[in-house]
Amino acid sequence: MPAVSKGDGMRGLAVFISDIRNCKSKEAEIKRINKELANIRSKFKGDKALDGYSKKKYVCKLLFIFLLGHDIDFGHMEAVNLLSSNKYTEKQIGYLFISVLVNSNSELIRLINNAIKNDLSSRNPTFMCLALHCIANVGSREMAEAFAGEIPRILVAGDTMDSVKQSAALCLLRLYKASPDLVLMGEWTSRVVHLLNDQHMGVVTAAISLITCLSSKNPDEFKTCVSLAVSRLSRIVSSASTDLQDYTYYFVPAPWLSCKLLRLLQCYPPPEDGAVKGRLVECLETILNKAQEPPKSKKVQHSNAKNAILFEAISLIIHYDSEPNLLVRACNQLGQFLQHRETNLRYLALESMCTLASSEFSHEAVKTHIETVINALKTERDVSVRQRAADLLYAMCDRSNAKQIVAEMLSYLETADYSIREEMVLKVAILAEKYAVDYSWYVDTILNLIRIAGDYVSEEVWYRVIQIVINRDDVQGYAAKTVFEALQAPACHENMVKVGGYILGEFGNLIAGDPRSSPLVQFNLLHSKFHLCSVPTRALLLSAYIKFINLFPETKATIQEVLRSDSQIRNSDVELQQRAVEYLKLSSIASTDVLATVLEEMPPFPERESSILAKLKKKKGPGAVSVELEDGKERGELNGGGDRGGDAAIAASNASTPSPSADLLGLRSTAPVSGTTPSAGSLLVDVFSEAGPSATSAGVNDDGFLSSAPPTVASEDPAPPLPESDELLNKFVCKNNGVLFENQLLQIGIKSEYRQNLGRMYLFYGNKTSVQFVSFNTTVSCPGELQSQLNVQTKTVEPLVEGGAQVQQVINIECLTDFIDAPLLNIKFRYGGALQNISLKLPVTINKFFQPTEMAAADFFQRWKQLSQPQQEAQKIFKASHGMDTEVLKAKLLGLGTALLENVDPNPENYVCAGVIQTKAQQVGCLLRLEPNAQAQMYRLTLRSSKDTVSQRVCDLLAEQF
Amino acid sequence: MQFMLLFSRQGKLRLQKWYVPLSDKEKKKITRELVQTVLARKPKMCSFLEWRDLKVVYKRYASLYFCCAIENQDNELITLEIIHRYVELLDKYFGSVCELDIIFNFEKAYFILDEFLLGGEAQDTSKKNVLKAIEQADLLQENRPRQFFFLSAQLTTEKPL
Repeated sequence: MPAVSKGDGMRGLAVFISDIRNCKSKEAEIKRINKELANIRSKFKGDKALDGYSKKKYVCKLLFIFLLGHDIDFGHMEAVNLLSSNKYTEKQIGYLFISVLVNSNSELIRLINNAIKNDLSSRNPTFMCLALHCIANVGSREMAEAFAGEIPRILVAGDTMDSVKQSAALCLLRLYKASPDLVLMGEWTSRVVHLLNDQHMGVVTAAISLITCLSSKNPDEFKTCVSLAVSRLSRIVSSASTDLQDYTYYFVPAPWLSCKLLRLLQCYPPPEDGAVKGRLVECLETILNKAQEPPKSKKVQHSNAKNAILFEAISLIIHYDSEPNLLVRACNQLGQFLQHRETNLRYLALESMCTLASSEFSHEAVKTHIETVINALKTERDVSVRQRAADLLYAMCDRSNAKQIVAEMLSYLETADYSIREEMVLKVAILAEKYAVDYSWYVDTILNLIRIAGDYVSEEVWYRVIQIVINRDDVQGYAAKTVFEALQAPACHENMVKVGGYILGEFGNLIAGDPRSSPLVQFNLLHSKFHLCSVPTRALLLSAYIKFINLFPETKATIQEVLRSDSQIRNSDVELQQRAVEYLKLSSIASTDVLATVLEEMPPFPERESSILAKLKKKKGPGAVSVELEDGKERGELNGGGDRGGDAAIAASNASTPSPSADLLGLRSTAPVSGTTPSAGSLLVDVFSEAGPSATSAGVNDDGFLSSAPPTVASEDPAPPLPESDELLNKFVCKNNGVLFENQLLQIGIKSEYRQNLGRMYLFYGNKTSVQFVSFNTTVSCPGELQSQLNVQTKTVEPLVEGGAQVQQVINIECLTDFIDAPLLNIKFRYGGALQNISLKLPVTINKFFQPTEMAAADFFQRWKQLSQPQQEAQKIFKASHGMDTEVLKAKLLGLGTALLENVDPNPENYVCAGVIQTKAQQVGCLLRLEPNAQAQMYRLTLRSSKDTVSQRVCDLLAEQF
Repeated sequence: MQFMLLFSRQGKLRLQKWYVPLSDKEKKKITRELVQTVLARKPKMCSFLEWRDLKVVYKRYASLYFCCAIENQDNELITLEIIHRYVELLDKYFGSVCELDIIFNFEKAYFILDEFLLGGEAQDTSKKNVLKAIEQADLLQENRPRQFFFLSAQLTTEKPL
């Protein structure tokens, strides 16, 4: 079938494409494209109505231009017109354009949805499929709102064609992933599950993806799928290679469906029903047996398909983690693959063995392959395979082989690829700590690490070695001796100088008895490195020097001399200068007792999770680290400690002074002290923002009065917002109803509701007195920038409020784009002749426009990572101002408008939420993480969103709530 | 599957299909990064790589790279065969497909992909069924005079996939 016979070639399109291909330069191409764009634009704008064919051709050209990487900002309407064409190809191109170039223009979406609706009800299966493909391709919330109710009906209806069923199943899956709250399976559940029994293999293939996703979210409702899946799998596994006709792929019966069935079963524990379980075990054994049979074809497709099923079966075996026999067989099979000539299989075997290593049944079996894996680390030519080998070594490491594995990893580090060095360093550091029987080995290993790969040794690693040395007095002398020796090297890494400075400053006395390492020798050795070091290291060394003065009074004169020198005391770096001045003064005026107290040996650090582990977790995602957990205790430690350990270290390095990371004295306070710095900063901002809008609002309203009415007495101007209005605003961040304001005369109640980017607020003004209010007048204004960010409309209220009566006012709010300030509400009335003038902030905050978004852990982490630019993140560390009760916290987070995601954060103490802020201009996805520390009565709140102002604002708002 | 990209050895994008909502900017960034990463790899290297927190599965057919990003729990080998099946479908439809077919008939390449994969999952894995759907659609096309490709001479100059 040559290409020429297919379809109706659009000659104009082909000419255009070959023109583009013939362009000799990028400039020529852009010129040609601009010419075409101008042509299409004029055609679309022209008076002459275009026929369907031309429209299709031009829309297709636009599509092509877009796919070349250019922006397209017109043609949507023409594409939408094509949707209602009754010619299939025109409709098809229209749908393609919409799928590729969706536009959030709401008018357009209404038209698109209309066209889709027509096609769905057309009963023409090809049209229905096109419409379903479009929904699946776009998958937007608007579409979910319009069609999530209809599609399940199509999916299970008896008279739906198979091809339509297939599209409907996957369409529903896409909508469910995007807007799970809108897809309600309820009454359809059991009929959807029974699609697993459908005669048409294609229907089963499509439906099972939907069922797997639904099962992973609602396992109980869908649990009847387990037995159906097992029997379907068993039928496929036992069928001869030709039974399934076109669903046999290179002599492998239904490989895709088999994989998906095995994947579905991984949503559940092993079947309880003995017969079902027996049948499943039989299937798994058959799959393992088949791996040993000679291949039916030499084609790689045959072996890939067969092994895809095998690996999926092994995943299920590992997931059950209850059949020792199967686990060991799986491990042996993978062992064979470790030496396979196909790189792909070696890679997957290493990867899969990593998870097997964490099972108590197969851990020993995995260990038998240690030599092969070490060999892979040394000889594999592909870095991604070597990476897997390193991961597996890490996973199979235990007390019995730690020394061997750490040694191999260290020697590999000397030649390792730059891309994986940092991770390797972290792993070596963790293993060395975890399996250290004698801590001298640990110290040796870490110092080796610094020697071999100093640049990749992050702060966490050298902080950790110091913490451990400080907490274990049996290793301190050895550590001092070893760093002293390491520092002898003519060129040693700056990290070595840091560790050396710190340890000698604390424990130099332990080796001072040896004349070869007398106090002065130690000092001279350290000071010989001083000039080559960066500022933070120099700062650390200065602190080490003052500690020397305490440890060894005989060095006092020499050290004071150094401190006094111009290069220290007049150093242009303010931190160094300050240290030099202060240490010099301290050493000159303080008595020995005072000095001994101030410069006392560091107290032990509180035992906590290794910050290195936290760092590795961050690098690799939570799954990767958990493989090395051995027992429940360690799991608790890992999850309980969370990132906090790392934070203290990082907090120290982030504080305002340039060098506290190296601060001997600073490390003493392990609480996140730096938290005060940012919050102090934002406090300043708050003060300004409060002054800002009120000042401008007065101005704005002034103008309004000037233009509409002659100026009256000064007191008629809207009063500045009450001082407490910010506090009142904060009260309503997480709730929508309540009393906004009350004094002796007036009570203002509020009720509000929000949907998407629209809100409606009911204000109830209650006259608490028995006398009527006259000239009652309220105005709502948007000060400054807010004018362009919010659209607020309201009607005036009756000017008379009787005693004891209540009047109601409705305010309609439209959020155009994200905003920070709140609209101002001014109320003026006369009570007994006296003018009352009150201004308040209306509790309209950006979070009101949140749409909760449910997502699985994997999605959450993926999005979290995608939002990793510094400006996308806002963070606050702050003290709890209320109780830290879980239910209250949850209620507040839900009140914020986001979805509270369970089982996402590896630490159950933490909360993570997700939501999308709906504004007219755009939707801003927001992820939130709140980490309470009950012990310290502190919180750390992190916001990430695609827009910096949003992250910051939501963070500021929420920080006031706890 | 999160997305599929087809690009040439020169790094020119020939087809892109996204199954997760991303901004155009993000899509461009991902494409640039991945194309670079994959093109830098040597022929004998394995077809999988870790990329951000996704797994990338790719395979080269003649002058074209087919590259899919899948989630962590997804199966690499079966994804490799998804790619192969798609190539088979293109090959059967166009008859010894080559890069030019995909350039000049990009819309068809999209239609075939939509029949095979929807929302990132296999809709039907039977070659017959997918092609039947496409051919039925072709039958529905209005009867215009058949337009022969004036470029057909060039088609043979490129190696079939």
